Amino acid sequence: MKINSLFVWLKQKPRIAFFMCLPLILMVACLIIYPFFYAIFLAMLNKAETKFVGLANFLFLFKRETFWLVVQQSIFFALVAVFFKALIGFIAAHSINELPSKGQRKWRGMLLIPWVIPPALSTLGWWWLFEPTYSALNWVLEKLSIDAIPWLSETFWARFSIILVNIWVGAPFFLIMYLAALKSIPEDLYEAASIDGANYWQKLFFITLPMMKNIISITILFSIIVTFANFDIVRVLTRGGPIDTTHLFATYAFRVGIESGDIPLGAAVSLFMFPVLAVLSFIILRNVRKRTNEV
Amino acid sequence: MKKVNINRRKFVKGLSAASGYAIAAPYVKTSHSAGKLLLGIWSHWIPGADDNLRNILEQWGEKNGVEVKVDFITSIGNKLLLTAQAESRAQTGHDIFSLPTWYSTMFKHRLDPIDDVVEDIINKHGPLLDSARFYAHLDGHWRGSPAPTGSFFDSFVSRYDLFKEHAGIDLKEIFPAHNNRSEELINNWTYDTFLTAAEKLYNAGKPFGATIGATPDSRWLSALFTAYGAELVNKDGEISVDSDEVREVLEYLKRLTQFMPKSVYAWDDSSNNRWIISGEGSVISNPASAWAVAKRDNPEVSKKLWHHDAPRGPKGRFRPDNSQFWGIWSFAQNKSAAKDLLRYVAEKTVVDSCVEASKGYDIPLIVSHFKNNKTWVEASPPDGVLYNYPMRGDEVPVAPGYPAPPEIASQITTQYIIANLVARITAKDQSIKKGIRWAENELEGIMRG
Repeated sequence: MKINSLFVWLKQKPRIAFFMCLPLILMVACLIIYPFFYAIFLAMLNKAETKFVGLANFLFLFKRETFWLVVQQSIFFALVAVFFKALIGFIAAHSINELPSKGQRKWRGMLLIPWVIPPALSTLGWWWLFEPTYSALNWVLEKLSIDAIPWLSETFWARFSIILVNIWVGAPFFLIMYLAALKSIPEDLYEAASIDGANYWQKLFFITLPMMKNIISITILFSIIVTFANFDIVRVLTRGGPIDTTHLFATYAFRVGIESGDIPLGAAVSLFMFPVLAVLSFIILRNVRKRTNEV
Repeated sequence: MKKVNINRRKFVKGLSAASGYAIAAPYVKTSHSAGKLLLGIWSHWIPGADDNLRNILEQWGEKNGVEVKVDFITSIGNKLLLTAQAESRAQTGHDIFSLPTWYSTMFKHRLDPIDDVVEDIINKHGPLLDSARFYAHLDGHWRGSPAPTGSFFDSFVSRYDLFKEHAGIDLKEIFPAHNNRSEELINNWTYDTFLTAAEKLYNAGKPFGATIGATPDSRWLSALFTAYGAELVNKDGEISVDSDEVREVLEYLKRLTQFMPKSVYAWDDSSNNRWIISGEGSVISNPASAWAVAKRDNPEVSKKLWHHDAPRGPKGRFRPDNSQFWGIWSFAQNKSAAKDLLRYVAEKTVVDSCVEASKGYDIPLIVSHFKNNKTWVEASPPDGVLYNYPMRGDEVPVAPGYPAPPEIASQITTQYIIANLVARITAKDQSIKKGIRWAENELEGIMRG
């Protein structure tokens, strides 16, 4: 009798859903929520981790010239990289969508390759191309009688290189998301617009883009968060150099926290962008929800 | 099945019988008698060096009834540091752990003081290098004991043929493979002489190459700074970067970097090796590994290499030191066996074997050991190539960041303040005044409590 009532209790839909989600909830709790709160706790300790210092580590960072350089670079890196990833992803998705469906799969597969290779490995390939002394790209340039480019040893080119590799790795993500969104736009909207005499650009601006607004917003939000947190590309290509001019939050936090043993300050660096990204996420997701409700 | 009832009387009777058998049984010593000992050891660059060390440690374990388990951990990608950070934080892991350079300082709160071990070693074998004391004798206690592998010096590694042909300097004559050096020749080997030679070699298309990037190999700059008496933080822990000595060494570097490849600002730890092995460079600052690899990959170049002393600056002649220690975690499970093993690996037979297995790369921290070892004398080609790899003259080993207290010196090193300061002035064309102001700001930062 008792066992029967337990089955009945368990069989109710919300409970089944909860139990099926439980492994994921536990994983998120252990691997994301706990480390997050632990990082906040660490960021509020002194260097020797013996005293609670409140927000002193964050206030201390405000006075550091190198830290502000890292803030500027991270913002510049994220905005430029996300802009180009979105642009290239959109153009590529559009081009593939225009192809006959038979040939699409081949192109989709090929263009996804940069995204599916582990970034640490593919970046190592790029490093061989950019190598400071024996760059493969420079070898080609020299064969063409063009001056060698200091890919990693001059600030401008080093920044260019890490952004280029980030775009190369990240653009396929935009491509696949945008392609899925394009496929979901009803064909009759375009047919009706054609009958009304709309040209290509009018269809793009008055049908395609409005229909893709939500997916564009979510993809850009997700990409901004991931790009701000980038570590492997900078670590493999420049290690933050030359003269700290390619450091991002993650690589600078690693330098300060792990390499120099100042874990609380490293935690403070890594948490610095959290409030900004949290507010940005809130605004973007609220707009997405609004639009969905309107629809 | 018949049920067996065990009452209190039967239980006590059985227990006493079992105890009697246990006491009467003969004691058999096994390899686990003195417990288990876990070691997290830096994985050597030189093939075969790890196997040699593993044999030494396991043989010691068999003799002493200790089950020894060695994990060789690479320092590539900071894996050794990350493992140390993880073990220190979790307070569990190995018993003995490798402590290259600043690890003793970084983890001193998690390392057992081992004064008794190191004092025994010093009493038996004589003093350690001064730089070893600077690294591992912290707050009045030894936190690290000399490791049998992994310590090295960055000597100058030069193409003697190119120096003779283009700069008119006979390095083999100045630094011969015997102890009878000419004082006059040695005294003339200064940073000014080196600058003139660097210009000539640059003009000949074979420049001097050394990294000025955020990488450990930039420690050659620390030795150069010390040779000019340029300190970032003095021994009392006060910021002293705004000084004439610092300005003088930066002026010198502005001249020297004109004759170096522009890519040095992005070089990593292997770039200088490739530079000399490829035959493009004429001189680097490195341990014996570049020669060892050249011997395998480009024998023609290896035959023309010569290891020798650094030039002398106004305050002396200094060589970058990269000491390595072994320490015992405070949470180690078998501390007595760990201490015995630390004493054992300081024995001359062990150290000699490790130096030989590393093809001369390893430099012992115990002075008496590195002054009496045949490996560097007999290495070739060319004959005598490694004779001056261990210090033979008036050079002084120096830890990067010296003379700042170790806690500050370690931060100066790991945040690459010197390399960044030099790069700002020589690559970014920043004024020396502005560069010094930046360094002061960074130093204030790393000195926070």
